[in-house]
Amino acid sequence: MRLINQQLSPPVATALKFAPFALLVLAYLLGSAARLAENPNDKLLPALSSIAAAVDLMAFTPDRRTGDYLLWTDTWSSLKRLSAGLGISTGLALIIGIGVGIVPFLRALLVPFVNFVSMVPPLALLPILFISMGLGETSKIALIVIGVAPIMIRDLAQTVLALPREQIVKAETLSASSWLIALRVVLPQVMPRLLSSLRLQLGPAFLFLIAAEAISADSGLGYRIFLVRRYLSMDVIFPYVAWITFLAASADFAIDRLRRRLFPWSELEGGR
Amino acid sequence: MTALTLKNVWKEYGDQVVLENLSFDVAPRSFVALVGPSGCGKSTLLRLLLGQEKVTRGTILLDGAVLPQEPGPDRGVVYQKYSVFPHLTVLGNVMLGPELQSERIWGRLFGAARRNLKDAAQLMIAEVGLSGSEDKYPAQLSGGMQQRLALAQALMMKPRVLLLDEPFGALDPGIRTDIHQLMKRLWNELPMTVVMVTHDLREAFTLGTRVVALGRTRDRPEEAARYGASIAKDIEIWPPRKAGGDTIFQSEYALGWDDLTPHGAFAGRPDPSTET
Repeated sequence: MRLINQQLSPPVATALKFAPFALLVLAYLLGSAARLAENPNDKLLPALSSIAAAVDLMAFTPDRRTGDYLLWTDTWSSLKRLSAGLGISTGLALIIGIGVGIVPFLRALLVPFVNFVSMVPPLALLPILFISMGLGETSKIALIVIGVAPIMIRDLAQTVLALPREQIVKAETLSASSWLIALRVVLPQVMPRLLSSLRLQLGPAFLFLIAAEAISADSGLGYRIFLVRRYLSMDVIFPYVAWITFLAASADFAIDRLRRRLFPWSELEGGR
Repeated sequence: MTALTLKNVWKEYGDQVVLENLSFDVAPRSFVALVGPSGCGKSTLLRLLLGQEKVTRGTILLDGAVLPQEPGPDRGVVYQKYSVFPHLTVLGNVMLGPELQSERIWGRLFGAARRNLKDAAQLMIAEVGLSGSEDKYPAQLSGGMQQRLALAQALMMKPRVLLLDEPFGALDPGIRTDIHQLMKRLWNELPMTVVMVTHDLREAFTLGTRVVALGRTRDRPEEAARYGASIAKDIEIWPPRKAGGDTIFQSEYALGWDDLTPHGAFAGRPDPSTET
């Protein structure tokens, strides 16, 4: 039988799902054990026990200097920046994307500009942002917006333009104005795509967030990782990276569930 | 008095002449079937009537007034595909037109107005035989049911002219026969003029009061671009069909057509569950 026609029984499928994760953990444990056997003070691949101790220190013991639980304050400040950046980007994408998609005037005015701006490497703008907006929250949020919004706008405008012309004409014969077409025909149909686009931009958004925090911040997940890097504290870095990954993966999962919940028809239409 | 009048209508795209000097009148309440070979401009003519595209030269009059420059509620349309909105349920699709028309800011009705509209919409849904499917999304309907829904949605606006662009072209023959009966009944009962583009001659002669064939008069390849299609044949169906006359409508069944489906009861059929 051809590989493409293989049918997996549920237990096998489940086992395959977990296999790469188990392999990763196993490889780490073996590597760590081998290195520690050679040098008990090795910092590169710390044993699970020292990682657990570090997690306990970061997450469940108040910091000696400030009295904060560092992991949670870091998470809180990073998520604030991230959600502000992604929220602004989503709003911009919605308004500009739909406007550009249905109004020829806005299309002529903004499409070349947005396409141009989306090619600017956002990290190259970071010094400019820090200089012009200061080292506070604004410049970090601005970096996320500049990095994420143009792509989301382009994606959404494409989605609007891909709606069949027949639907727009049909809405006109049902007496809709431009505004009502945007509100009742276009907006609900592009919302699922907007959420998918947001999911895809979670990765880049975290990238810009961590880059900005690494350079200048006083709390945040990226800040912490780059801070403890100086002491080669892999026992802190590993759990932080795992935690960031977990946050991003949960957000990805939650947004997809939200899409299915809010727009049940989009699943029927093939997950548009 | 005519519903639609075309006077010396030309349509060109750049150098390509598509429609050449078309002139004809469409009587109110008639059912015109536009036929012709592929690419002869049938759908272009329909888009002109819809207001989606502008004539290059000539005039189109709707009830004696110049046709508006953009699509509007006086002209309903049903396409072969994409006629209904995938994000709305059957009920939502049927209610959409009146909702948009009466609420210009949010396009939604609430309270008593919504309940009244819902009742009207449910009557229309029953009329096209979709009762029981009110809460389904178009993707959950078969092709035939989607076209019934598209008809219901368009007819809620009580259009003066209903434009059909090969609406039944993608349906199975059995389902097509059923929906032809529905189409005849709706045309017969509602005060509208119908213009239907089709490539199915049998469909044209089954439904139409008049069959207009478009075609190119000159077909030499080197001059194809400079000569567009014009009316090749204009056939009034005999005996004449008249909308609103029960007797003629019923007499068609008595003529011994090869098709027994019309003898069934109309309300609510066909059973949606069998039409999948």
